[in-house]
Amino acid sequence: MATIRCPIPGTFYRRSSPEAPPFKEAGDAVAVGDVIGLVEVMKTFHEIKADQAGTVVAYLIDSEDPVDAGQDVMELA
Amino acid sequence: MTGGRPHPFRKVLIANRGEIAVRIIRTLRELGIGSVAVYSEADAAAPHVRLADEAVLLGPGPVGKSYLDRERLFWAARETGAEAIHPGYGFFSENAGFARECAENGLVWIGPPPEAIEQMGIKTEARKLMEEAGVPVVPGTITPLGSAGEALHTARSIGFPVAFKTSGGGGGKGFHVAYGEHDAIASFEQSRIEGERFFANGDVYIEKYLEDPRHVEVQVLADTHGNVVHLFERDCTVQRRHQKLIEESPAPTVDAHTRAKICEIAVEAARAVGYTSAGTVEGLLVGDRFYFLEMNTRLQVEHPVTELVTGIDLVREQLLVAMGEKLAFRQEDVVLRGHAIECRINAEAAHKGFMPWPGLITAYREPAGPGVRVDSGVELGFKVPSFYDSLLAKVAVWDTSRERATARMLRALSEFELEGPASLVPFHRAFLASRQWADAETGRDLLLDADWLAATEPPAVEPPAAAPPAPAPTAPPTPDGG
Repeated sequence: MATIRCPIPGTFYRRSSPEAPPFKEAGDAVAVGDVIGLVEVMKTFHEIKADQAGTVVAYLIDSEDPVDAGQDVMELA
Repeated sequence: MTGGRPHPFRKVLIANRGEIAVRIIRTLRELGIGSVAVYSEADAAAPHVRLADEAVLLGPGPVGKSYLDRERLFWAARETGAEAIHPGYGFFSENAGFARECAENGLVWIGPPPEAIEQMGIKTEARKLMEEAGVPVVPGTITPLGSAGEALHTARSIGFPVAFKTSGGGGGKGFHVAYGEHDAIASFEQSRIEGERFFANGDVYIEKYLEDPRHVEVQVLADTHGNVVHLFERDCTVQRRHQKLIEESPAPTVDAHTRAKICEIAVEAARAVGYTSAGTVEGLLVGDRFYFLEMNTRLQVEHPVTELVTGIDLVREQLLVAMGEKLAFRQEDVVLRGHAIECRINAEAAHKGFMPWPGLITAYREPAGPGVRVDSGVELGFKVPSFYDSLLAKVAVWDTSRERATARMLRALSEFELEGPASLVPFHRAFLASRQWADAETGRDLLLDADWLAATEPPAVEPPAAAPPAPAPTAPPTPDGG
């Protein structure tokens, strides 16, 4: 199973703002460098970018869930 | 705050966390006043919870469900019988609405009058007020710009470079510099968009952009009987993303003449808004020209350097003023002695663009010894949450001169053991040992030098080797405490 890992700890978001659509949905193509999530850590926001290409199977984490560095956040096919 | 006869508090609730909550609890204990801490689930094991006489759980980690939950805070005050609320810095400290709600809930607000917070909180209003009071401000407009066309026209008349700022902004958001006609409109639009997004206010105003200024601020203190004094200045020029990292007092480039002038300006500014309690008048210094920037209507993170050079406990004075007492000293009694420096120990990796990195503290020993003061909100075994500001501790030192204080700070930092989260200890050790610091330059060249910052990386590997490289951080959406 190919996964994208989150490089930093914090709070994970699947969308850029509450009104925005998710960065990716199941079946979407992912290219290296695509933004797949946002992490809030100590009042700063950081875009999480794909380090590999593939097709989204599913997010492995919900919005507003805590995330650890190195945790799998997206499964790719 | 309301004047009248002095009324000593028996119990005070601290609507804050971390090092500033610990700081306030200490002074309360010295005054024989009971302390009530509040905390989130993420802070259950934090030192401020243990050190207070009582502690009340507010809710889960996110600030909206804990430290910014007004109803829960007022409930905690009622349940514990607290008579007053100290807001610390950040959170509700500059929220006039909250200050009024305290009064409505029968609680004394330990801070300035809500009207003064409002007048200084809206930056265009503050500029207007200061101009009317004869306080110099950076050349610019005091009414919001109506259009991109007006922005360009005004920029031409002021002269490039110019800075666009949002009315409700702070912490670097909404702040954009235009160096010429080619980027004026884009910078204006960027400020407007960020103002709308982060502060729900698209008003933009323009100022002359001062290149490589020093950031100098004056501490003031006022009681409810009309007495206003200043406690001299601090230099807070060393910043990253418009947030302070190192502060000192006195300012190294300010001579006696300029000091007298800027301190007088600060007292005038405080009088102009009927200020009470502790506050700070911030400005930019270019040569010996001081321009008003804003007034921070609260206690500031860097207040210890002023306490070290004047011997005055600012938190104690805030409490006495809130109890209706007169200041026990006059201006001529406030004496500036020696030199103090403070380094903010944030959970950040300077070598990765000041990336915040929280985590479990696995090794911890604070510096001590002659002339060293540590204000901290963490300890060994505490898991630093990711929900809050990255400030873990502040190291402040006092000595007879800047040179000696620098040597003392370097010695103190060499004693500081902190492992687990990232920390700015290695950054401060490198910065304070630099020629730029010794020559009292602004050091912006070092802060913008990625190679120099990269070289501050500590020898031990902290992040898990499995993790891919961290992305570059963006500026935070909310201002910090000072």
